[in-house]
Order: sequence, then C-alpha cells, then structure tokens
Amino acid sequence: MTTPPKTLAPRTGAAPPGQPRSPAPPTASSRRLKAWATRAPLLPALIFLIVVTQLPFVATLFISLFEWNSLYPDAREFAGISNYGTVLSDAALRESVLTTAVLTAAVVLVSLVLGLVLALLLDRTFKGRGLVRTMLITPFLLVPVAAALLWKHVLFNAEYGLFNGLINRGAGLVGIDDPVQPDWISEMPLLAIEASLIWQWTPFMMLILLAGLQSRPLDMIEAARLDGADSWQIFRYLTLPHLRRYLELGALLGSIYIVQNFDAVFTLTSGGLGTANLPYTIYETFYRAHEYGMASAAGVLVVIGSILIATFALRVVSSLFSGEVSRA
Amino acid sequence: MTTAETTTKSTSTFASKSRAARARAGLRKDPEPTVVRRARRRGAALGLLAWLAGILFFLPVAWMALTSFHSEADAATNPPSLGAPLTLDGYREFFGAGGGASPWPPLINSMTASVVSTVLVLLLALPAAYALSIKPVHKWRDVLFFFLSTKMLPVVAGLLPVYLFAKNTGMLDNIWLLVILYTAMNLPIAVWMMQSFLAEVPVSLIEAAQIDGARLPTILARVIAPIAGPGMAATALICFIFSWNEMLFARVLTGVTAQTAPVFLTSFITSQGLFLAKVCAASLMISLPVLAAGYAAQDKLVQGLSLGAVK
Repeated sequence: MTTPPKTLAPRTGAAPPGQPRSPAPPTASSRRLKAWATRAPLLPALIFLIVVTQLPFVATLFISLFEWNSLYPDAREFAGISNYGTVLSDAALRESVLTTAVLTAAVVLVSLVLGLVLALLLDRTFKGRGLVRTMLITPFLLVPVAAALLWKHVLFNAEYGLFNGLINRGAGLVGIDDPVQPDWISEMPLLAIEASLIWQWTPFMMLILLAGLQSRPLDMIEAARLDGADSWQIFRYLTLPHLRRYLELGALLGSIYIVQNFDAVFTLTSGGLGTANLPYTIYETFYRAHEYGMASAAGVLVVIGSILIATFALRVVSSLFSGEVSRA
Repeated sequence: MTTAETTTKSTSTFASKSRAARARAGLRKDPEPTVVRRARRRGAALGLLAWLAGILFFLPVAWMALTSFHSEADAATNPPSLGAPLTLDGYREFFGAGGGASPWPPLINSMTASVVSTVLVLLLALPAAYALSIKPVHKWRDVLFFFLSTKMLPVVAGLLPVYLFAKNTGMLDNIWLLVILYTAMNLPIAVWMMQSFLAEVPVSLIEAAQIDGARLPTILARVIAPIAGPGMAATALICFIFSWNEMLFARVLTGVTAQTAPVFLTSFITSQGLFLAKVCAASLMISLPVLAAGYAAQDKLVQGLSLGAVK
C-alpha cells in the first residue's frame, strides 16, 4: 500500500475542532470512492448530453442502411450502403453541397473582412463608442427568422421594399423617371441570402476580432512606434500576426454555424431558385419526401464533413485555450 | 553662461535646424501644431466613419421599427414615406385584433422552453464546471473538449431519429420535448463558459474558507457566487437567446399547441396583401426578449459565442 498523500496530513492536523473528521486511512476502495466523488458532479451533464445528442447520431447511422420511405412502411428493408450511392449520385444533392460551400465561404469571408474593418474602427476612443457598438451588434440580436423576414419583405420587395424605394427616390432627385427596380430575390437569390447573413454575422466577427485587438501587448506596439514603425507596419507585422488565431477562430465558428443555416434559406427562398443548402435538402428529403433512409445517409455524410471542419476548429480553440492557461 | 541658457540655445538651434529641414522638404512653418491637428483630424474622421458604419448596420432595424408604426397603406409605398402619421395598428393586428391567430400561445411556449431549459442547463452545468475547474477530475481537458465537440455536429443529422422517437412516444407537439432538446443544445456552451468563470476563482480563497470551517454550500454562496456570478448570469442570458431563436427543431417537432414564436413568424413568409406593418411589429415584438438579453449580456457575449475561447 502506498503512503497517504502528504498534503492531507498537515491540513487535517491544522483544522480547528468542528472540522469534518480526518478521513480514514486511504485504502484502494476509499481512493476509488474519492475519485468517484470527484467525478460525480460531472456525470449528470455528461450522461444527459450523450443520451440526447449522441444516440440520435447512432440511430441515424443505423437508419441510413435501410431502404425506408414512411409512405410505404411495408417496403422497409435492409439496403446496405446503397443509400450512400444514391445520395452521392443525386444531382440535386450534389448541387446542394456546392451551394452550401459557396454560401458558407462567401458569408464567412466577407463578414470577416468587414468585421476586421469595424473592429479596427472601434478599437479607438471616440465620442459615443459604446452606442456605436450597441448599434453594430443589433443585427446579430434579431431572431434569425425575423431578420430574414426583414430582408425579404421590408428591404428586398420589388414593389415597396426599401432598396427599390431608395433607388426610386435617388433617381427622382437626378431626374430619371423610370429607374431600374430589380426583383432582388428572384434575380439574385443566393446573393440575397448571403447579404442578409453577412449583415447578421459581421457583428459576430467584429466582437471576436475586437477582443483580439484588445488583448494585444501594448508595450510591444509602443516599442515598435518608438523605433519608428509607421501605422501600416505595426498593423502588418504586429497586429495581424497577433490576430491570426482570432481570425481563424472567427472563420471556423462562423463556418460551423453557417454550414448549418436553415432559417435564412427557409425564409427567403424556401430552398427554391438553386439556393437549397444541405440542411434544407435533408429537411426536405425526410419531412416532405419521407425518404428516411436517404435523408439519414445524407445526414451521415454531413456529419463526416463537419468532423473535418471541427477537427481544425478544435485545434484552434485548443491553442487559444492553452494560451490562456499558460498566461494565467 | 548658465545651464539654462545652454539648453535654450541648443534647443533653438535644433528647432531652427529642423525647421530649415522641413522648409527644404516643402512643408509649412511651425510643424508641431500641424502634426497634432492632422492627427486629431484623422481621429475625428475615423470616429465619423465608425459612426457611419454603426448607423448603416442599424438602419434596417430602425426602418423596420418605423414601418411597424405606420399604417399598412403608408408602409407599402414607393418611394418610402418617411413622415407618414404614426399608428399602433400594426401592433394591434399582431396581437390578434384583426381576427388573426393570437401570438400569446407561441410566446408563452417560447418563454417556457427558453426559461425552463436555461434553468436546467445551469443546474447541470454548474456541478460539471465545478468538477472541471475547482476540483478537477483526471483528464478534465479531454472531457471539456468532448463537450465542445458535440456542439460541432450538425443538428439536422440527428433530427430524424428525434422525430421518430417523439412520434412513437406521443411527444410530438409537446413543449417539454423542446425543453429537453434545448437543454442538450446549450449544455456544452454553458459548461465551457462556466468552467472559464469558475477557473477565475482563486483556489487559495477556497482553501482559506475550508480552513475556517466552511462547508460546500457556504463556499458556493459566499466565495464562488460573488466572483463567478456575473459570468453565470451572462451564461444564462446566452442560453436563453439560443433557445428562443431555435427554429428547425421547433418547426419539425411542434404543430398547433406547442408552436414557438419563431415558428409563428414563419407564417409571414408568403406575402398576404398589405401586411408589412404587421410583419415589422411581429418581428420586433418576437425579437424583443433576445434584444434585451443580448444588450444585458453585451460584455460577455463574445465569450459565450466563441464557447469560452475568447475572453
């Protein structure tokens, strides 16, 4: 038997009367008991999470191996991996993979760049900075369906939307009688969805990058300035390298959320006009077409894709996390 | 010659030299004030630019708010009618005055799902975060990252089994099913945030309290709560926002009785004659709890959204 941990003895000895009795000499079973006592507070959360979020994925994997359309419940049979073949050769599904990639890349990149500009503007003191920050994050705080409705009906509407209204008013001022009045959503459906999502996600990127800017080592920047570096050099060689991890984090978290976007696609175009992304297509496959097996196979493929992104994301979070810990 | 005079002389030589140099370079006389003035003017310009950006991003929301107070006829004009008389008709319509569906059942459902799931999340996450920071389990980092990894799997891939489960157990169109799902959806975020807040509590403080004979409940209330309290409040607000916003689960798993507010909003997707003011009023009213929670948690918002990675 090993000797009891040294730290226990002095603390128990120093404890005033009324302190819980000193623990029994640690045997193997009491040590195991202690380990479980440490683990116990963790278990409810862990078990709950595994049951509610992990079991469904296992079930999805299982269902994906069946030929199963709920409209023909008697025709359910084991199909092996044939659903995967169908899914991979389905033109509509492949198109939705492409749509998802384009939508995610466009929204993440543009909102990162805009977010960086806004973060740089806000990383200075000026009058009303708090108010400007509050105004900037407001788009992110609208319920996603509400934000999508706002873009669809209030801004994009061809007859009375604000955009065409402003074009009309502007054209009237310079004397053009019959200005262009595009029907934004049907003429540029994907761009319309992207615009509304960029508007909502730029504030998110700005907040992350602003936190990054504010964690810059100021003494280093001061030293560089004294050595004669100009603002561009400081930005290029000090700020940007420092921001790299925050840019990566913003890009990856943005990707995780936007790959899964359903609300904007559902509200603005209902997946029509070539805007159906993967979540929407899977939703359609099972909710409207009742193709359970195929929807599950597509779901499994999405999970595999997400794991690829998530591996990178976890690495970035982990590097930021160790940075925090080592600084502490 | 005194020291003071020497200093003055050398300074003036320096000044005149630099002035001469600048004159040669084609700059105006009296350089210092110009540099300062230029920097200040640049600062003011950048401040103005920040204001413009803020207004530009806020404009659609402001326009929505204005439209919600217009009559339907004034709301749908082209060019827009800015100064039209204000009315509460849009809000009256939203609350069912025109014979439409009442928004109260969905609002109450959303409130139930969001508040109850947030309370459950906190009850589950607080002990878990305690076991990951203050009295950490073996390999606590791996456990923490497991929590995070579950958040990265797309919801839509687990939707069908959940739907089938609900259908077979008679839980479809039941708000308590959403309560369970939203609790699971927000639990990883809450564990991450609370872990980072609890880690800020100095261990020496807890040990000191233990030596003074304090038991766990006292330590939680007197030592941990004052330090980690604001962070926990922010965690709660962020979980509330995510639950309130959720639409995919709610859309698939609820029908008439358990319909939530975002699903109620989807009934406005297809335009139905003159309804712009009503849409604006509905969107604003349903976003109001989120806006309030978001403004309240503003300072901790990043930390929550980045799952605790950014402070």
